[in-house]
Amino acid sequence: MKAAQTLILEPGRTAKNYWRDLFHYRELFLILAWRDVIVRYKQTSAGAAWALIQPMMSILIMTLIFGGLAGLPSEHNAPYAIMVCAATLPWQFFANALSLSSQSVVSNASLISKIYFPRMIVPASSIVVSLVDFMVACSILAGLMVWYHFWPTWRLLVLPALVILAIAAALGPGLILTALTVRYRDFRMIIPFIVQFGLYVCPVAYSSTYLHDKLAAKLGTDLGEKLFLLYSLNPMVGVIDGFRWAILGGSGTFYWPGFVLSVCLTLVLLVTGILYFRKTERAFADVI
Amino acid sequence: MSDTVIHVENLSKQYVLGKNGHSDGLKHVIHDCVTAPLRWLKKTAAGTENLKINGHKAPESFWALKDVSFDIKRGEVVGIIGRNGAGKSTLLKILSRITEQTRGRVEITGRVASLLEVGTGFHPELSGRENIFLNGAILGMGRQEIRQKFDEIVAFAEVEKFLDTPVKRYSSGMYVRLAFAVAAHLEPEILIVDEVLAVGDAQFQNKCLGKMQEVSKGGRTVLFVSHNMEAVLKLCTRGILLARGSVFATGEPGKVTAIYFEDQISTAGEVDLRKKPRPLPGNGAVQLISASPVTDDKIWSYPFGQPPALQVQVEAQQAIDKIELGIGLFSARGFEVASWSSSYARSLLSLKAGLNTVQINFNDLKLLPGRYYLGLGLRSERGFEDYIPEAIWFEIVISDESARANAHTMLGTFVLNAEAKIVG
Repeated sequence: MKAAQTLILEPGRTAKNYWRDLFHYRELFLILAWRDVIVRYKQTSAGAAWALIQPMMSILIMTLIFGGLAGLPSEHNAPYAIMVCAATLPWQFFANALSLSSQSVVSNASLISKIYFPRMIVPASSIVVSLVDFMVACSILAGLMVWYHFWPTWRLLVLPALVILAIAAALGPGLILTALTVRYRDFRMIIPFIVQFGLYVCPVAYSSTYLHDKLAAKLGTDLGEKLFLLYSLNPMVGVIDGFRWAILGGSGTFYWPGFVLSVCLTLVLLVTGILYFRKTERAFADVI
Repeated sequence: MSDTVIHVENLSKQYVLGKNGHSDGLKHVIHDCVTAPLRWLKKTAAGTENLKINGHKAPESFWALKDVSFDIKRGEVVGIIGRNGAGKSTLLKILSRITEQTRGRVEITGRVASLLEVGTGFHPELSGRENIFLNGAILGMGRQEIRQKFDEIVAFAEVEKFLDTPVKRYSSGMYVRLAFAVAAHLEPEILIVDEVLAVGDAQFQNKCLGKMQEVSKGGRTVLFVSHNMEAVLKLCTRGILLARGSVFATGEPGKVTAIYFEDQISTAGEVDLRKKPRPLPGNGAVQLISASPVTDDKIWSYPFGQPPALQVQVEAQQAIDKIELGIGLFSARGFEVASWSSSYARSLLSLKAGLNTVQINFNDLKLLPGRYYLGLGLRSERGFEDYIPEAIWFEIVISDESARANAHTMLGTFVLNAEAKIVG
């Protein structure tokens, strides 16, 4: 038998073994994620098909309106639908992860107030749910590629790394919003708005190269460049550009300064999110 | 072995009410930020002694626990008792790491499992089988461990036939049995339990009590919060009585429970039932709201000989028929004296939307002087609606009639309505 460990509880003492604790509770994390995945489409007649229907409809509409009606150019000579799809997949993942995780702690209130575990497990498991939806939705991309006879290049191999980047981009703001929602339910109203707004702010329906060129043409190269760099602060711009680069292939140049900036901001948000969440989670049971 | 496994030192917990408490919105924070410079100006202008004039009072706070210290040794079974609001639940919450103390220090040696509710994390959409794994993991069991004990759990809960049915289709009895069965198969070194025995039917309660006894005999340390004094006396080796956040008495269970009874003062007037602890959360469609005694001076004490009567307010969100009211009558030690249900009496209630006042008369009941409490429950055709195991305390006091009847010489809890006559 192992020597019994002594646990010391004192006010203000953040568990020294937080990360080991988190690892210790990995089974609970897996089982909560499994529960959330299973329960998500229970008692719906279309079931998991919803993970396909939603992105499919938005791809269709955005392709028709922006590619068809407005006649915006695509990127890397790819069909417009595929370009939109390459951005919709990570965007929907991000939007789902944000709205699910921010609700997660509040909707698991009974658990939080009755049992101890590192609270980070709860928003993390709702990110897994969004990830599963994302995986399912990836079949749309495969379908479109077959339909347009559009074959991917070796760059597709970078995709897993970009998925990890997307997870980091969702987890950071997700944790901050989760902690805020516990205390201020106002964020329940704010998040749908952020998600709706974000769809236009992020280059989902249009290509960022197009925006870049347009800004340069309207405001001059210098100011346009600066504005675009500001635009690239958005973590999802980096993720989406990365996805397009990996999926669409082609000869287009990759806008490195913007991407690096995006990744930096993602990391800043992730660290802030973790720190803020850890600082507030100890009081969750009292506040919820 | 008699080494200390739980060491609690000057444990205190302060809750802040109102402003910075539970229900502050973002609005207040923004408002505070915006008005901060203004307040600062006013403050400097008015001088510090006039702070309260600005309507900026210090937030109200109260100590749920205050300087609680005790030690628990390995193998002890400790019953923590006290009235509602004495700090029992707060103590358990700190020991199970759900909330953090404001001051003080706790040292716990060994693997802890805490059971503050049966069926924590049960998901209504999942089947019984899935919920066993989910609940087990939540209580800290490994998957391997659950798999090993799976058959045992299922047999204990008596739900073999419904393993693959979503638990939302379970009756409340089945639900509770399954939930307790998972919990009962935990094998921690230290078990922290809150009031779990107050659920299920009598037969199942006995089974649970048996299981608890088994657990405590296995040399494990148990910390047990309860209102059921019979269970505390039966199971515990030591009692700790909390009152207003502090340790009021500690020692042998018989002694501590006796002090507890002396401390139970019957409350006057209307009792707010909404605040009473419930083992299972209802959906709020039909809810017990308040109760008041039907006596001359509106207090919960009935002179011996006068049949107790009370009025209960029940709120229904929509008009609903065929509501069954169940009443359990318990002695102060938690022994069930008698029970009654309106379905037995063939008088199911039809509730109108809104508040309904139900009068309950205990005809011909002559309880002996002493303290008693009532458990109240409501069922509809849908099933369980609301249930409060310890809803109302009342006392029967001596009266002219009890003096005439020499009630103090009688044994038991009530006077039998019997007859004896010579028939041959």
